[in-house]
Amino acid sequence: MQLSREDLLKAYRRMVMIREFEEAVHEEFSAGSIPGFVHLYAGEEASGVGVCMHLNDNDYIASTHRGHGHCLAKDCDEHAMMLEIFGKKEGLCGGKGGSMHIADLSKGMMGANGIVGGGPPLICGAALTAKTLKTGGVAVAFVGDGASNQGTVFESYNLAKILNLPAIFVVEDNGYAEATSSRYSVAGSQVNRGKAFDIPAVEVDGSDFFAVWEAAREAVERARNGGGPSLIHSRVLRYYGHFEGDAMTYRPADEVANYRAQKDPLMQFRRRVTEAGLLDGSALDEIDRSVKDRIAQCVVQAKSAPEPTEADLLTDVYISY
Amino acid sequence: MAKKSYRQAISEALRQEMERDHRVIVLGEDIAGGAGGDAEQDAWGGPMGVTKGLLPLFGRERVIDTPITESGFIGAAVGAAATGLRPVADLMFVDFMGVCFDQIFNQAAKFKYMFGGKATTPVVIRTMYGAGFRAASQHSQCLYNIFTHIPGLKVALPSNPYEAKGLMIQAIRDDDPVIFFEHKAMYDMEGEVPDESYAIPFGQANVTREGDDATIIAFGRMVNFANTVADKLSKEGITCTVVDPRTTSPLDTETILETAAETGRVVVVDEAHPRCNMATDVSALICQEAFDKLKAPIKMVTAPHAPVPFSAALEDLYIPSMDKIEAAVRSVTGKSH
Ligand SMILES: Cc1ncc(C[n+]2csc(CCOP(=O)(O)OP(=O)(O)O)c2C)c(N)n1
Ligand SMILES: [Mg+2]
Repeated sequence: MQLSREDLLKAYRRMVMIREFEEAVHEEFSAGSIPGFVHLYAGEEASGVGVCMHLNDNDYIASTHRGHGHCLAKDCDEHAMMLEIFGKKEGLCGGKGGSMHIADLSKGMMGANGIVGGGPPLICGAALTAKTLKTGGVAVAFVGDGASNQGTVFESYNLAKILNLPAIFVVEDNGYAEATSSRYSVAGSQVNRGKAFDIPAVEVDGSDFFAVWEAAREAVERARNGGGPSLIHSRVLRYYGHFEGDAMTYRPADEVANYRAQKDPLMQFRRRVTEAGLLDGSALDEIDRSVKDRIAQCVVQAKSAPEPTEADLLTDVYISY
Repeated sequence: MAKKSYRQAISEALRQEMERDHRVIVLGEDIAGGAGGDAEQDAWGGPMGVTKGLLPLFGRERVIDTPITESGFIGAAVGAAATGLRPVADLMFVDFMGVCFDQIFNQAAKFKYMFGGKATTPVVIRTMYGAGFRAASQHSQCLYNIFTHIPGLKVALPSNPYEAKGLMIQAIRDDDPVIFFEHKAMYDMEGEVPDESYAIPFGQANVTREGDDATIIAFGRMVNFANTVADKLSKEGITCTVVDPRTTSPLDTETILETAAETGRVVVVDEAHPRCNMATDVSALICQEAFDKLKAPIKMVTAPHAPVPFSAALEDLYIPSMDKIEAAVRSVTGKSH
């Protein structure tokens, strides 16, 4: 299977959407208009989009605390997402979840997650539903390098394998869990961890959309055809702090700048498709412009949108006292 | 006496105890920060900077950054405690206890009893609780009630910097497992804290205000809310006794009953959900033991029975407010505006 021109435009649009969304959230957080804990996905766009290009609304993903990118890659509405991050009533979760808990089950997005390692078991469940009800769907868990050490992750590998579930584990290794390097925290390798469970596992350069897309194509095909789980170790870099406000003194000063200059996923994509003559620069420029406008509009609307009120405090809990 | 923040008070307690006893170690995720990286070590000192500065003093042997494996490292702290170390493990947000609760309530809590008194488990588990940070449902809970329910665990809830230092030192010297609750909205709170080391015994409540009209029993951060309300009402001539139990396990039932009997009008303030919490527990205690002294029904001021919402507007409504405490005092005393 090859990527059509339409696919390429869609992939680029989604990656730019993530970048612009995160840049806007970064700015608004710094300006004090967004409260709470916010973890940005900027820099990691090719990984989430490369995987989710193979998925439809019938497939599920479980994200992490760094969830905005996965949501957008899975086609969640950027406007409702922005409102949610601003805590507004019309937000995707009514303002009750915020950045760390954005979810849209109708899009197959089972939620960002405040609990590191919370997602993989849920994805085994979604894969079990798909298998039992023969929906044809697959389920993908995004797992950070730090999360990859959590017991729930190993338990999920085992469960997915012995039940032959259509599950895919994407370990997005951005080199750090908070301030701790994965060189310190991770024993063995991600690929060997998968192989220890007889789960097919590959490592890819997560800044290269095409590499991720190719690895995910194989994994999703395998899952859809009853071939069971797969693992993808996707190497990425986050551009901002662990959370907004993190001084990042644990990182070499030029780490992000060097990466941006040499490996930025949007830049790589653009170079690749224009050099191969697949798309021309002006089509990409047009996407850049329209996405920028769209995100700016989302921010303006999020700022003036109404807050939830006292009447909302006790809805969606089956009883209160 | 020097003014110090809640953060500094806890940090000083840890440092002084590590200096005093080489068996005391600290461990947790990013408890130092920077491990394995090419830039600053001791970059974080925990998410709130409480343990910053311990790494240069005690080295990575005693200040241990762990992977994100709560079941693993909390369990390891418990096992180390049962075999000769005195670990202080940082569970970060108490909400994460969901990941490792077995190691705490089936293991640490039970050793002494189950093994016929042959084990001691001097582990301290530090953890952050409470709403107010816009941190949403999985980073804002007040789960001290759940730990209080478990025999074998001790539970400390320091309400200010002085309390934090003294209770932490006691927690480290204590031979039983202690869950040490730090309210995340209090790290910058300042107060008088002696430089020298001191321990505040567990199970001895602190009476922070004395009055005749009502008794307010409050927990953790809520003690400060109660004090403020008491000070405000005293200007109107309504005087309140405020009780800070300091630890929910062991609980100073004697002081609670005495102060409740003295005024006969009781308000209990608990930031947790309203069912099976400290407010219901203390209310039941007073009803059983001092019912004849009560002049009005006990009032509870708690958070609602709902997860903590993200939206600032909703979270502000969620947290027990000083207005609600004041209204409760007026209601039990029958003294309205
Ligand atoms: C069970 C649990 N433990 C700890 C945390 C605190 N925490 C939030 S994110 C994080 C680091 C996660 O690192 P990684 O999985 O590599 O994801 P990244 O942030 O790099 O995307 C930690 C320790 C948490 N939210 N949940
Ligand atoms: Mg990481």
